[in-house]
Amino acid sequence: MPEHILLRHRDIPEIADLDVYLKHDGFTAFEDVVKNQTPEQVIETVKTANLRGRGGAGFPAGVKWSFLTPGVFPRYVVANADESEPGTFKDREIMEGNPYQFLEGIAICSYAAQANTAYIYCRGEFWDLAHELEGKIEALTKRGLLGEGLFDTDYSLMIYVYLGAGAYICGEETALLSSMEGEIGHPRLRPPFPAAEGLFAKPTVINNVETLTNLPPIINQGADWYCSIGTEKSTGPKIFSLSGHVERPGNYELPFGTTFRELIFEHGGGIRDGKAIKGILPAGASAPLLPATDEVLDTPMDYESVPKVGSQLGSASIIVLDETVDIAWMAYKTTSFFKHESCGKCAPCREGTYWMYHILNRFQNGNAAPADIDLLNRVALGIQGKCFCALGEFSITPVVAGIEHFRSDFEALTGDGK
Amino acid sequence: MLVDKYPKEIDRILAKFPPERKRAAALPLLYLAQREYGHVSKEAIREVAGILDVDPTQVGGLVGFYSLLHAKPGGKYRLQVCTDLPCALRGAEEFAEELCDNLRIKMGETTEDGLITVEEVKCLAGCDKAPMFQLQAPDGIHYFENQDLDSAMELIEELRQRGDDA
Ligand SMILES: Cc1cc2nc3c(=O)[nH]c(=O)nc-3n(C[C@H](O)[C@H](O)[C@H](O)COP(=O)(O)O)c2cc1C
Ligand code: FES
Repeated sequence: MPEHILLRHRDIPEIADLDVYLKHDGFTAFEDVVKNQTPEQVIETVKTANLRGRGGAGFPAGVKWSFLTPGVFPRYVVANADESEPGTFKDREIMEGNPYQFLEGIAICSYAAQANTAYIYCRGEFWDLAHELEGKIEALTKRGLLGEGLFDTDYSLMIYVYLGAGAYICGEETALLSSMEGEIGHPRLRPPFPAAEGLFAKPTVINNVETLTNLPPIINQGADWYCSIGTEKSTGPKIFSLSGHVERPGNYELPFGTTFRELIFEHGGGIRDGKAIKGILPAGASAPLLPATDEVLDTPMDYESVPKVGSQLGSASIIVLDETVDIAWMAYKTTSFFKHESCGKCAPCREGTYWMYHILNRFQNGNAAPADIDLLNRVALGIQGKCFCALGEFSITPVVAGIEHFRSDFEALTGDGK
Repeated sequence: MLVDKYPKEIDRILAKFPPERKRAAALPLLYLAQREYGHVSKEAIREVAGILDVDPTQVGGLVGFYSLLHAKPGGKYRLQVCTDLPCALRGAEEFAEELCDNLRIKMGETTEDGLITVEEVKCLAGCDKAPMFQLQAPDGIHYFENQDLDSAMELIEELRQRGDDA
C-alpha cells in the first residue's frame, strides 16, 4: 500500500493539527452525510463496504447499526478505546497520530445511528491521551464541526471522553457499559444486545477505534474502492500490531490477506539477533498459539484464513516468539494475565484461571510432576464453554495449544513433583 | 470537601451524563478524589457517594475493582513497569528487577523517602517500545517508553528534586 488510509500521520506528520486535517479533506465526509445523505444511505454504504469490526470479532459494522431498535431515542454511540489486549497498540497510535479522522469517524457513525451524544471509553492509563482528545473535541466545537445545528441542519452532536480505571474486562462491550454507568465492570447477559438496550438502557452502537477511523475514507472514496483492498470477505486495510522477537516491532497498516511471513520478515525485519522463529500468537493472549510452520507463515491474515490453521485473527496483535522461548513460560505469562484480569463474576473463569496459574507456577518453580501436564489440560478444557463471557474462553487457548504443539517444553520442566 | 473546593469541576463532570444517570460520574469523581487526597480514603468514598446519591458501599466496591484506584496510600509516585508477555520478550522483567535493586526495594515496595512505589502491571499498549512504564503521579498518569536503567534513574532523580511543588 503506497499511502496509509488509517495511519495517515505517517505520510502527513502534522495531521493531528486541525488545520492540517481540514486541508486534507478533513470533515468533508461528515459534512457530506449530514447535508446530503440519510442515515439509511450511510448504513447501506458501510454494509456494501463490508467494514468489519476491528475490536476482535470482525462483525460487520453496518449490519450491527441496522439492529438499533427503531423509533427509540435517545441513542448513543460509544467508541471502544479500552485497548488492553496484550500486544495491541494500534488504537493508541491512531488516537495520538491521526485523532481527527477517528473523531470524524465517530461523528459519521453517530449520524448514521441518529445519536446526538457519543462517548469515547478510554482505558484509564491513556490519561494524557484522553486529555489531548478533549482538547481536540473542543477545537472541533469551536469550529462548528461539533455541537448544535451542524452545517445549518438540525443535527447536533456532542462527544465526551470517559476514562476507565484499569480493568481489561471493560473492553468487553457489556462490561464497558456497566463501567460507564458507575458500576463494577462486570459483563451482562446478551440479549438484550446493546443495539436494543445499551448505555443507560438506550439503543447503543459500540465500535472499536480502528473500525470508526475507516469511516471517513469509506464515505469519501466509496464502498467499491474500499472493497478493492484486502480479500473478498475481509475488506479494507488492517493495522497489525507486531511485537515480540522481531527486529522492528510496531504497527503496520497492510491489506487484509497479507501473510504472516510478509509481515514478520519483510515489514518487521525478521527475527531479532538472527534467531529462528518458534511460534506466533496472532491475537495477543486471546487465541491459540500457532507453531511457525511454513503453512502457518504463508497463511493470509484475514478472518477466514487464520481459523483454518487453528487460531483466530482477533484484534491482529501478532506476538512473535523465537526459538529461545519456553512455551510453558509463555503459558504462565498469558495465564497470569487472565488470572489478574478475570472479573470474578463467574466461577469457571475465576477458579479456572486461578488453578491454571497455580499449576503453571509449579513448572516455573521446578515443582511440577509429569501428571501436571494432563491436569493442566483437564482444568483448561473443564472450563471451556462454561464461562459467562469470552475472557475465560480466551484464557485457555494459548495453554491448550501450547501443550498440543510443544508438549516437550512442559515435559522438560517436570521432575518428581516435590 | 470536594464539593466546596471543586464545584465547577464537579458540575462539568456531571454535565456529561443524563441527570437521572448521575451514577455514571462515579469514576471521574473518584479520580478527582484520588488527586485531592493521594488515595481514595473512606472519607473520600463517602463524599463521592454523597454527590451521586448512592450508598458508600456501592462506591467502595469500585475502588477494589479498578486497578488505578488505590484505597491505601503508597509512594508519592507509583512507577508501574509493564512485565506482560510482549514486554517480557524484550527485556522488561530484567529491567524491573534492576530498577528495584537500584532503589534497594522489592517489587511492590516503596522507597524509604516515600517517593516511589515500584509495581508490575499488565499490558499498557506500548509493547513495541519496551521496556516501558507508566508513572501514576499526583497530576495524572504519564507514559515513559524505550527505557533503560539510566533513563529511569534520571527521571526518579528529577522527581526527587521537584520536591513538594509537583
Ligand atoms: C475480554 C474482552 C475484551 C475486549 N477488549 C476490547 C478492547 O479493548 N477494545 C475493543 O475495541 N474491543 C474489545 N472487545 C470486543 C468488544 O466486546 C466489542 O466486540 C467491540 O468493541 C465491538 O467493536 P467492533 O465491532 O468495531 O470491533 C473485547 C471483548 C472481550 C470479550
Ligand atoms: S506488553 Fe507491555 S505494553 Fe504491552
